[in-house]
Amino acid sequence: MIRFSKVNKWYGDYHALIDINAQVAKGEVLVICGPSGSGKSTLIRTINRLEDIQGGSIILGEQDIHAPTLDLNQFRSRVGFVFQQFNLFPHLSVIENICLAPTTVAKKSKIEARSKAMSLLERVGMVHKANAFPQQLSGGQQQRVAIARALAMDPPVMLFDEPTSSLDPEMVGEVLAVMKSLARDGMTMICVTHEMSFAREVADRIWFMDAGAIVEASTPGIFFTAPQQPRAKRFVSDLRAH
Amino acid sequence: MIEIIRDYWQVLLIGQYPQGPLGGVLLTLILAIAGLVLSFPISVVLAILRISPFAVLRIPATVVVYTVRSVPLIMLVFWTYFLVPLLVGKSVSGVTTLLCTLVVYQAAYLSEVIRAGIQALPDGQMEGARALGLSYVQTVRKVLLPQAIYNMVPSIISQFVSTIKDTSLGYVISVQELTFAANHVNSQLLTKPFEVFMILALTYFAICFCLTELAHSFEKRVAKKRLGTQPTLSGTTNDTILES
Repeated sequence: MIRFSKVNKWYGDYHALIDINAQVAKGEVLVICGPSGSGKSTLIRTINRLEDIQGGSIILGEQDIHAPTLDLNQFRSRVGFVFQQFNLFPHLSVIENICLAPTTVAKKSKIEARSKAMSLLERVGMVHKANAFPQQLSGGQQQRVAIARALAMDPPVMLFDEPTSSLDPEMVGEVLAVMKSLARDGMTMICVTHEMSFAREVADRIWFMDAGAIVEASTPGIFFTAPQQPRAKRFVSDLRAH
Repeated sequence: MIEIIRDYWQVLLIGQYPQGPLGGVLLTLILAIAGLVLSFPISVVLAILRISPFAVLRIPATVVVYTVRSVPLIMLVFWTYFLVPLLVGKSVSGVTTLLCTLVVYQAAYLSEVIRAGIQALPDGQMEGARALGLSYVQTVRKVLLPQAIYNMVPSIISQFVSTIKDTSLGYVISVQELTFAANHVNSQLLTKPFEVFMILALTYFAICFCLTELAHSFEKRVAKKRLGTQPTLSGTTNDTILES
């Protein structure tokens, strides 16, 4: 579904992603973890081209995402992206936030977009807040709306960039619950997260990143019990210590 | 002072109208409002060009804004007064001249207000919209501008207040706005300059004070909206997701 081949990225002199070669299968739930500054967010952001790369290629489905013929906006509308800071639009109500892309990018009718939005809100348990404004919602509620907004264009893949990192602890559960239900429905998901319980329970595979490279790729079962690489071992034993 | 107002209120309010041209407070307000309305779309375009990622668009807009903002308004008034008739090949009325000048001057200042409004928005707004597949133009139009303009309404009102005062420069090219009308009254009375110009000052003050208050109340509203209301506990527990 997604294939990284020799992906390299620099910020000036800083080599942020080093020779990433990896694949994600359709329907797979992948968790990317690792220390801060290891390139997790950068990697996930290259998939919808929020970050450009300087070398290598990324194929999504059959599409080389850096092909000059690619319609970037159409492409992005088909990749769901959930941010750490939600990034809801404060001047639009919940339902308008969700309908924005379907009506402006996909040119769907208002009625069609709204009925789809309502069914998505039902899925994330936010129907009762359809007409509320983002600032009237808790962080967890905002993030669930953001997930619904990302789902509005029926993306075949969903990317989560630390979706629970800026939430109060008591709100993490409701967001993870939505993500779990998506995983159950067979959505292809890539999640950068520090929620190791989520990784253990839901992930099919884990990539452990350090210093811009994927140091270890394995299943949660192996990663949490018998990590191979020294860096990964240290990371996992630090987790146990908590 | 009361007698002056009693005898000349009409001149101060509407000038020589209907016997002569419209003037006084009314012309001042018309000029200021028309100036704001006409300069607004230009200022939005200038602001967008000023933050454009393309240097071909950004640099000329920046030059225009900097140039206009670096010269005194009175100089622009004279410039328009002598230049526009040359360009269009016929004489142009003082009101038109002043309005053209105000539009150019206003557009430059307002564009900076709007640019600041856009740039004050969190980066996540642009990123969030682009990640959904909105184009740059769609993002600016549907996500950034509505927020920036709303947040900047207080600054736009204060800009309007300064335009009201700027219209007094119309006096030098014989536009019969409020200052001109007051001067007209003064030259008829000859002996009461202090009273006449006190009335003039108070009139400007009254108009501008009301507008400034309006800006303040709007500012409070914006601040309140930005802060948001705290979600209620019942709102959280009502969520069906927790039940599933």
